[in-house]
Formats: sequence, structure tokens, C-alpha cells
Amino acid sequence: MSAIMIAYYVLCACLAGLVGWNFVREKKNQDDMLLYLVVLIPLLLRLLRVK
Amino acid sequence: MWRTKSILALVVGATMFAGALPLYRHRHFETSFVPGAAVTRIARLSDYGPGIKGTMADTSVYFLEGKEPGGKALLMANTHANEPAGFLASLIFLENAAVERGTLIIIPEFNNSAGRNTRPGDGYPLYYEIQTDWGAKKFRIGNREASPLDQWPDPDVYIHYPDKQLLSFIDVRNTNRTWPGRPDGPLMERVTYAAMEMMRKERVDIAIDFHGAETMFPVTNCIVAPEKSARIATLASMTVKAMEGFENHVEPSPSGFRGLSHREIGDFSDTLPFLLEAPLPFLDQPTGPKTVKLLLDGKDPFLLSLSKKKKLFVPYDEKGWPMEKRVGQHCSVALEILRQYSKKTPERAIKIGAVPRYSELVKNGVGHYFHNPEKKGEKS
Repeated sequence: MSAIMIAYYVLCACLAGLVGWNFVREKKNQDDMLLYLVVLIPLLLRLLRVK
Repeated sequence: MWRTKSILALVVGATMFAGALPLYRHRHFETSFVPGAAVTRIARLSDYGPGIKGTMADTSVYFLEGKEPGGKALLMANTHANEPAGFLASLIFLENAAVERGTLIIIPEFNNSAGRNTRPGDGYPLYYEIQTDWGAKKFRIGNREASPLDQWPDPDVYIHYPDKQLLSFIDVRNTNRTWPGRPDGPLMERVTYAAMEMMRKERVDIAIDFHGAETMFPVTNCIVAPEKSARIATLASMTVKAMEGFENHVEPSPSGFRGLSHREIGDFSDTLPFLLEAPLPFLDQPTGPKTVKLLLDGKDPFLLSLSKKKKLFVPYDEKGWPMEKRVGQHCSVALEILRQYSKKTPERAIKIGAVPRYSELVKNGVGHYFHNPEKKGEKS
């Protein structure tokens, strides 16, 4: 795996963690919860290497 | 609160699954076909370029070796997997050709990754069917570029190797811009490198790359050939016009535009390259929806209107540009190129029989020449 891909996966993991954590912490706003989940999709797909 | 979150997660997950499943199935759908009796050996492109081994870019290479020694010709299809007439023509050769002399090498799915990709932004259907004598035969509709699942990330600008010409970023996944390739470049450069290695090692005399092009694009309905292939291309063009009654002019391969098969194969090997373009209304931008019907019959009212205003580069009427006409042109022009080469170089002749020509395909349809894979089948 090239250095740029490693950097990309690390970036994906960081962002997924951040978005996931925001989803967990969100208590009231359902629109925000939904948005967090939608944003999480491509990050999870890449991390799980789903093809 | 966790109940709401769980429901939301379930809804998003279910939506994602429902959207992804057809694309997953499309990516892993295998076309069944019946390699003809002339197939003597099946190799993998990675045998010539190990850099693609184990990736979705690896693809099958079929060898049809005649009893008498002679020259070698390579047919490549699905370089652009949204131009299906070439793919169908290559399968007709694969299933029907009788090789009397020399060797025919066929790569039906040259950009295997692109064949498993789609173009949702243009509303591409995922599949199309061809009616045969024994039922419908289903094929994938692919895309022009390899899937980003197989080659990613794209650069801001694609710097062609080795000429350093600046090309569009998307062309890094386009196997008609990555010739001649390199063994350790991006995946699609490794594909073209493997093909170059195959042509050099197997001493391939002729390489024919099947394509389709928009009716509004000037390089359509033609044979694109560099200087070294121009004589044979011209003779083939004149012969099909005189003997079979269809136009297929010759376009010179530009020396200043890099990465194309008709340019780089000739420059980096002894092989004579030819690129065949059949008109493909499905690719034109000012058309109605991109439907299977448009793909198969090439009929579109907007193109008809543009044709009346002389905006197209091919004759176009209510009959459209049906698939059998496009596949027929590919078969006839390819056969004619082989015949002209064999006349010019008798010691490296390549003689192919039992492949239908233009008039037969127009009369009988494409499906007539496909055999039933349930009787004797192989997955592509």
C-alpha cells in the first residue's frame, strides 16, 4: 500500500471516529443524527474495504 | 434517545444496503459464453504483467492457434466498457472463428474493472440483453473508466508516462490514455504495460482495438491508424466500401496526443495498431434517456433533429444505428485488415474463417451467432 493510501485510511478512520462520536453525543436533534449517519457511510465503506 | 438512534441507523443501513446490492451484483455478474473449438489456450493478462495479478484488472486472454504457422493478431474489446459493439464482436470471433493459419489472440474484457463499473450520473442501465436463437443473453453495461474501487485516488492532473503530457485527471483510469504503461504505475498503466509485454513477447503483428464513438464526434465510423498502419487501413476501408457498401474512413493517429492505443502500440513495439470506431448514439450528450433501447437500436429523436441540421458526422435517419450494424462493421473491418495484412505479408499470414460479415449480421442479428452456454459454457 502506498504512503498516500495509508494516509487516506488514517484520515478516514479519524473522520469516522469524529462523526461517530458526534452521533453518540447528539441527544436532541434528529436531523443532525441522520446527517452524521449519512456522512459516515462512505468513510465506513472505505475503512471496511467493501467492494 | 437510543431508540431513535437505533431506528435511524437501521433506516440508513437498510437504504444503503438496498442501493448497494444491485451495484454489488453488477460488479460480480459474469457473462457466460462458449469459447469455440479454435480456442487452444487461455492465459491471464497477468502472465505478462504480474503487477495486475490478484486485482480486478486482471483478465482472460484467449489464444486461437491455427494448424499452419503464420502471423499473430490481437483483438481487444471493452477498452471502454460502455461501448458494447466491440465486446459483442470479440465474442463472435471467440465463439465462431475457425483459424486456418496463424494465431488470433482475443481479450474480450480489456478493462475488466471498467466493465464492472457504471455511470449513475448519466442514468446508465446496469444490463442489456441480446435476443438469440435459444433465448435472451444478458450482458453488463460498464463505464469508460475503471472503477475507483480498484484504482484510487485520482490525481488532480494525469501526467502521462513517459511523455509527461498533461491529461484530464479521469484519464488515469482510462485504458485508452495509459498506453504504453509501466510495471509499477497506477493499475491501468499496469494493464496496458502487460498488454505491451504480451505483444512484444508473442511477436503480435496486428492489434485491433474495438471502440464506439458519438455521432457528434468527428472521429467516428472510422479506422484510426498511425503512419505505419495507414496503408492497410486505407485498403481495408476502400474494400469494405466497395464490396460491402458501408463507409468506414481512415483517420490518422495524431502524434501529439499521447496514451492512445493506436499511437503508443505502434511507437513502442513492432505491432501495427488499428482502432475501430463504430457510431454509438448512446454516448452522445443531447439524447433522450440512456435506455437499453437506445443502446441497442441507436434511435433518438434529438439526434434525428440534429442530423437534419447537419450537426452529425455520420448519416442518421429514422433507422438509427442498430447494434447489428455496428457489430457487423467491426467484424468486417477486422477481417478485412487481417486479409490485407496477409496479402502484403504472406509469410505472416493470418487466415480466419467462419466469422460473419456485415451483411450476415445485419440480416441475422447479433444473437444468432452466440451459442447456448448451458450446453457447453464458461464464465468470462
